[in-house]
Amino acid sequence: MELDFVLIQALSGLASASSLFVIASGLTIVFGVTRIVNFAHGSFYMLGAYAAVTIVPWLLEFDRSPTLFFAGVIASALVVGMLGVVMEVLLLRRIYKVPELFQLLATFGVVLIVQDLVLLAWGPVDIAGPRAPGLRHGVYILDQRFPAYELFLIFVGPAVLALLWLLMHRTRFGVLIRAATQDREMVGALGVNQAMLFTGTLFLGAALAGLGGALQIPRVSANAHMDLSVITEAFVVTVIGGMGSVPGAFLAALLIGLLQAFGVLVFPKITLVLAFLLMAVVLVVKPWGLLGKPDVASGRAVLPEGILDPRPLDRFGKVLAGVAVLALLALPLLDDYSVKVGTEVLIFALAAFSLNFLVGNGGIVSFGHAAYFGLGAYGAGMLVTKAGLSMEPALLAAPIAGGAAAALFGFFVVRLSGIYLAMLTMAFAQIAYAVVFQWVEVTGGDNGIVGVWPSRWAASREVYLYLTAALSIAAILFLTRVIRAPFGATLRAARDSAARADAIGIDVRTHRWLGFILAGAAAGLAGGLYAFSKGSIDPTLLSIPLSVDFLSMILLGGIQSVFGPLAGAAAFHAVKDQLMPLTDHWRLLLGLAIIAMVLAFPRGLAGLRRRAA
Amino acid sequence: MAERVLEVSGLSAGYGPAEVLFGVALHLDRGEVAALMGRNGAGKSTTMKAIMGLLTPRAGSVRFAGQDIAGLAPYRIARLGLGYVPEDRRIFTDLSVMENLEVGRRAAPAGRAAWTAERLFEIFPNLAEMRHRRASAMSGGEQQMLTIARTLMGNPEAVLLDEPSEGLAPVIVEQMAEAVLRMKAEGIAVLVSEQDLDFAAAVADRALILEKGQVRWEGPIATLEADEDVRRTYLTV
Ligand SMILES: Nc1ncnc2c1ncn2[C@@H]1O[C@H](COP(=O)(O)OP(=O)(O)OP(=O)(O)O)[C@@H](O)[C@H]1O
Ligand SMILES: [Mg+2]
Repeated sequence: MELDFVLIQALSGLASASSLFVIASGLTIVFGVTRIVNFAHGSFYMLGAYAAVTIVPWLLEFDRSPTLFFAGVIASALVVGMLGVVMEVLLLRRIYKVPELFQLLATFGVVLIVQDLVLLAWGPVDIAGPRAPGLRHGVYILDQRFPAYELFLIFVGPAVLALLWLLMHRTRFGVLIRAATQDREMVGALGVNQAMLFTGTLFLGAALAGLGGALQIPRVSANAHMDLSVITEAFVVTVIGGMGSVPGAFLAALLIGLLQAFGVLVFPKITLVLAFLLMAVVLVVKPWGLLGKPDVASGRAVLPEGILDPRPLDRFGKVLAGVAVLALLALPLLDDYSVKVGTEVLIFALAAFSLNFLVGNGGIVSFGHAAYFGLGAYGAGMLVTKAGLSMEPALLAAPIAGGAAAALFGFFVVRLSGIYLAMLTMAFAQIAYAVVFQWVEVTGGDNGIVGVWPSRWAASREVYLYLTAALSIAAILFLTRVIRAPFGATLRAARDSAARADAIGIDVRTHRWLGFILAGAAAGLAGGLYAFSKGSIDPTLLSIPLSVDFLSMILLGGIQSVFGPLAGAAAFHAVKDQLMPLTDHWRLLLGLAIIAMVLAFPRGLAGLRRRAA
Repeated sequence: MAERVLEVSGLSAGYGPAEVLFGVALHLDRGEVAALMGRNGAGKSTTMKAIMGLLTPRAGSVRFAGQDIAGLAPYRIARLGLGYVPEDRRIFTDLSVMENLEVGRRAAPAGRAAWTAERLFEIFPNLAEMRHRRASAMSGGEQQMLTIARTLMGNPEAVLLDEPSEGLAPVIVEQMAEAVLRMKAEGIAVLVSEQDLDFAAAVADRALILEKGQVRWEGPIATLEADEDVRRTYLTV
């Protein structure tokens, strides 16, 4: 490698590190003070870009000057900061005390809402932004041309770091933020109105995200996918740096920027995998990140109350279950459409049940359960289409694929707890998604693979329904036995107090790992069944939105009940299937529904039944 | 009659399913120091947290400065002029001494001289020498001084002071006692929770003894010193 080439590569690494830091700093500050992992931070980033492609060109009409360009960028950041205030006042304020899982879901609800609102306001077409006046040329560094704007970006990160340092150390607001990051209750007992502090923090955090987005407009067009792609990277940066630590975020952004800039030379396709490897290594060596503190992450419950006592169904429950199964078997008496929905409900019921096996029974909040579902689907689908095998061995391979992925990812996941664990599961899922999405030659990329058909004997919808019913119900019954077995009880004990379980000689980590693998295998089976029911596979089967669908199902059903998630899956999927064709704003509705669910009835459908009883 | 600053009656509170306080009644007059005594686990800290709003009272009333404060958010209670010094100190260890004081700073009510860092350094000379040191690098005694100084920066009318002498060397304990007397001299009412009778006798006019979440004995501190029976029943381990 030539020296000039290395230099250019390093510079572009620094430029992306700088951008990444600006975004991640806001996320980490908001987390430090409010203890909420704000999914909507990516939405603020996207809104910053959209605001900038609207405001900046308008300003440049008056005069194509650098001053007006940057005035527009700052204005965009401030506008987004105000949106952060709106979110704090309308939503966050009501959920500071609820379990972390609900907070994550509620902020994800905001992500969904913003996605639809952005489409409404700006339409589906990407919007290219203007280049920055005065920074459109290239600079020659050792004979290599390097864009001036990228060079400028390199300085933005350190400048923001310096400004944040001044804010944090030289202003009362900053001192209060640092104090609240450590002990917000004590800050309140000293007379500080936390509501004001939190609102101010959200303004700052959202404005930083908005600034990050607005600064991107000369490089990338504003588009409706910016939110989820950036939030994963920002999560990785904050986790590596230590949640709540601004200098940690800077360090982590530098590491990731450089790693990606040089990693792309070695493994051109899998730079995300490198970031993940770094994260896995850091979390194993320093579970709270490079500069993080354990007390920041621990504290409040991650979960609402989970499964306490998995008693067998009472008589009413048994009747209900029997009626449900009979109704499913009778579906072919209706029409084809009902058979299709019934098949899907069975598949999602298995997926949701396996997720609640982790969440409700094990206290392991997986935010990326779709990864195992999707990998099961791909495992089965590719065996059929690429290797020419038939459905039977492919369906056998599906749980193996899901379980193997869960074994690999779970090995790291079960070392963590709480919010770090949730974020790691999500990061792994995003990596699996990225691999499937980018490895076009093998996976078909965005288009996926078609022609995943069942064997001839199972080709009719009715027979496939019965096949699905047999396999799903068998898997669910098997998992139920595990929940009731000593193994399940051990998982519950570890959920309620890992320290105590450790103390009485239980190998908590291994138990949780095995549980994770089991749940992954069950999700993989569900994914395999889904692939054959659709006849095709594509990357959305591993995506975050599907993971959130699964979480919504178990939440709707009630995570403290063993069988509630099945009802949740049925209700969720039936409603979605009915409503989705009727509306262009499914995400808006779903987002509002998730938020309403978190605010209004956090115990789910099974909770309703218990309340009525 | 002396002016009541704080008046608590029928106060019940607890943690989750655990009931800890069962109708605590106590009061504090302007400028007086009262010692809240009792064995480990008697409910002293819980009483203070419930008064301060850190724990929502389940029943009872808490009046402060003529206002019912039961159920208010802690920051509102603090703003009315009630200061709180927690037993585990809860210093902001990432912040310097001066920054810790800054977090506690609030304007003084009209007509009263505000506490400043410099005035506090007169009481706690040790702190003056380390104003820019991170609190994590301070000794336990220094942290105890800082936590009191931080609360005084809010210019409170009354202070709930939870076990200021716990785990400290005798010299430092003496300094704490002086600090409490200095607060009294400034007209601040202090409710100090304490297990050590000598310390209580050095600072307080009156004692209240808690046991199993109720006030069981109340009287002048001198009486308590003289009455061995009471001490044996409620205090000695
Ligand atoms: N956070 C908590 N959760 C549950 N129970 C608690 C908690 N804090 C205290 N308790 C219980 O409440 C009771 C009273 O505790 P408290 O701390 O008020 O006692 P104390 O009089 O301050 O004791 P000490 O002298 O040891 O500080 C004890 O039985 C204690 O175990
Ligand atoms: Mg105590």
